[in-house]
Amino acid sequence: MIREAFALALRAIRRNVMRSTLTILGIVIGVAAVIAMVTLGNGTTVRVTESIRSLGSNVLILTPGAQTGRGPGGATVAGPAFTTRDVTAITQNIGGINAVAPMASARAQVVYGNLNWPTTITGTDNDYFVVRQWPMAAGREFTDAEIRGGRAVCVIGTTVRNKLFAGQDPLGASLRVRNMPCEIVGVLTAKGQAMGGNDQDDVVILPLRTVQRRISGNEDVTVIQVSVQSSAMNARVRADIMALLRERRRIVHGKEDDFRILDIAEIANTVQSTTRVLTAFLSALAAVSLLVGGIGIMNIMLVSVTERTREIGIRLAIGALERDVLAQFLVEAVVLSLCGGLIGIVIGLAGSYFAVPLLNVPFVFNPTIVALAFGFSGAVGVIFGFFPARKAARLDPIEALRHE
Amino acid sequence: MRDSETAAAAAGAQPVGELTGVTKVYGHGDTAVVALGGIDVRIDDGEFIAIMGPSGSGKSTCMNILGCLDTPTSGSYRFRGVEVTTLTRNQRALLRRNYLGFVFQGYNLLSRTTAFENVEVPLIYRGLPVAERRDRVREALAAVGLESRGHHTPAELSGGQQQRVAIARAIVSQPTLLLADEPTGNLDSKLSREIMELLVQLNETRGITIAMVTHEPDMAAYTRRQVRFYDGLVMADEPTHGATRLSAARQATR
Repeated sequence: MIREAFALALRAIRRNVMRSTLTILGIVIGVAAVIAMVTLGNGTTVRVTESIRSLGSNVLILTPGAQTGRGPGGATVAGPAFTTRDVTAITQNIGGINAVAPMASARAQVVYGNLNWPTTITGTDNDYFVVRQWPMAAGREFTDAEIRGGRAVCVIGTTVRNKLFAGQDPLGASLRVRNMPCEIVGVLTAKGQAMGGNDQDDVVILPLRTVQRRISGNEDVTVIQVSVQSSAMNARVRADIMALLRERRRIVHGKEDDFRILDIAEIANTVQSTTRVLTAFLSALAAVSLLVGGIGIMNIMLVSVTERTREIGIRLAIGALERDVLAQFLVEAVVLSLCGGLIGIVIGLAGSYFAVPLLNVPFVFNPTIVALAFGFSGAVGVIFGFFPARKAARLDPIEALRHE
Repeated sequence: MRDSETAAAAAGAQPVGELTGVTKVYGHGDTAVVALGGIDVRIDDGEFIAIMGPSGSGKSTCMNILGCLDTPTSGSYRFRGVEVTTLTRNQRALLRRNYLGFVFQGYNLLSRTTAFENVEVPLIYRGLPVAERRDRVREALAAVGLESRGHHTPAELSGGQQQRVAIARAIVSQPTLLLADEPTGNLDSKLSREIMELLVQLNETRGITIAMVTHEPDMAAYTRRQVRFYDGLVMADEPTHGATRLSAARQATR
């Protein structure tokens, strides 16, 4: 009997292709929107998580200055820069850390031959490559002598290599950094874009002392990056460093910090949950259009029942029970909405597949949401098909047979 | 329902249908219309009855009650001994499915559905397997002389052919009682005679009990018994006269 009901439903749908298409349009749009939202949302989450990971795992980032309070009422507190002595103190006093990288950065023009390129200059030491988990593609890291002596040597990122050394080997070449000739000793592997679209490979790295003496002209360390041995220790290490630096910076008890310690893992979690909430919110909005689609199906099914009153009367007279007629129209509504669901899934997946490169996020296929969307569209068919089907089943056969 | 079904099937001794003191009133109070004012009709196995009368005489109401499509306001309708008046809507639908066949004035075939599929519908509702359905539909179409028209839709068939399909649909489930509501009302006299002869043949050779509503004495002449309605009452209930004249007429048309 169910097989016959399906055959009847397919026949009724095929008889009125145009109307059936319009009927399911709401479901198609709803499902496509949900699928696209979730697929793109998942892609964004993956992308953001990846770029946060690329900053280094278990990393604490220390910056001078802090924000007091939250939101628009908050004010920025300026704080003095760190010094190399702070770095030494952290290395000597804090347990559970792998590496501590002091950093001093500046924007500068770099020149090779007749080509020049504006880039970021970072002064640091070899701990930086440990913290960032950033191996060399070619060449070597700095020697102790180069770091202590503040020699004019540098390691370049792949973007700088591509811009200035197309096809040539940059190792041993002399790069001019703000009029300072600087020997290239290493090339970093590619790391790609950071969160917010910054190109992490657009960088020239020099020993910290070289930058302090020859470029920035001061002893400041503007950022300290600390790599913790395991993420479970992040909170404890963060608290230890906090206490140490407050003491070193003579911040009395009860006074606000004048520096900040960011926990990358914490940021990753926050951002991830934010994108997840955003995805859920957009999907909920899209799901509303599924409900609207369901109402569309109910509307057309009611029209269909009225149009086919005579057919229903004939069927009731020659042997159909109420439940047979109910099944016939319910199956028709469910088949309609499942067709809409299928088309919506295809459109949603295809749409996000083509949108993914534009948004620069990976295509993440989520079978759960596809199954869920399919099931949900079926449920919409049952819920919104039930009322018209019951109306058909409860028709009086005598009245229905008289209907013109 | 199981019980009443078996009762109905087993009780061959019971009359097919028996109306006792049946009334039907539509509406309430001042606007009430009495369609049947208390009638007694008994239908036995193998009968071919014409239910006659002018418009509004109650013959269609009587037909709907016999067909279990409607229930009396008062009185009793026993189908094979089963009291129909106390059955639920669903139980009456089961009676129609298993024991009744309908032929309507306007054919009432499903449009854009082939003759074969139209005849198959009652068997689908009975839940018969595909192979048995196919055999029985072919047999029914052959019985009405349309074995070669199974794949045609109603729009591709003449009125007479459509009514034959409708008759095939009514007899395909081998009903205890075949109800025909003005089956020749939309046909010209030649086609009408053909349909009546088909009904006579089904009644005589297959023993199908037939009750037919008509207002044409010519058509009623084909039956064996005539029940005349007037103002919701049975005015006459008598065997058809001139049976010999009828056989002579039938001989002539052959």
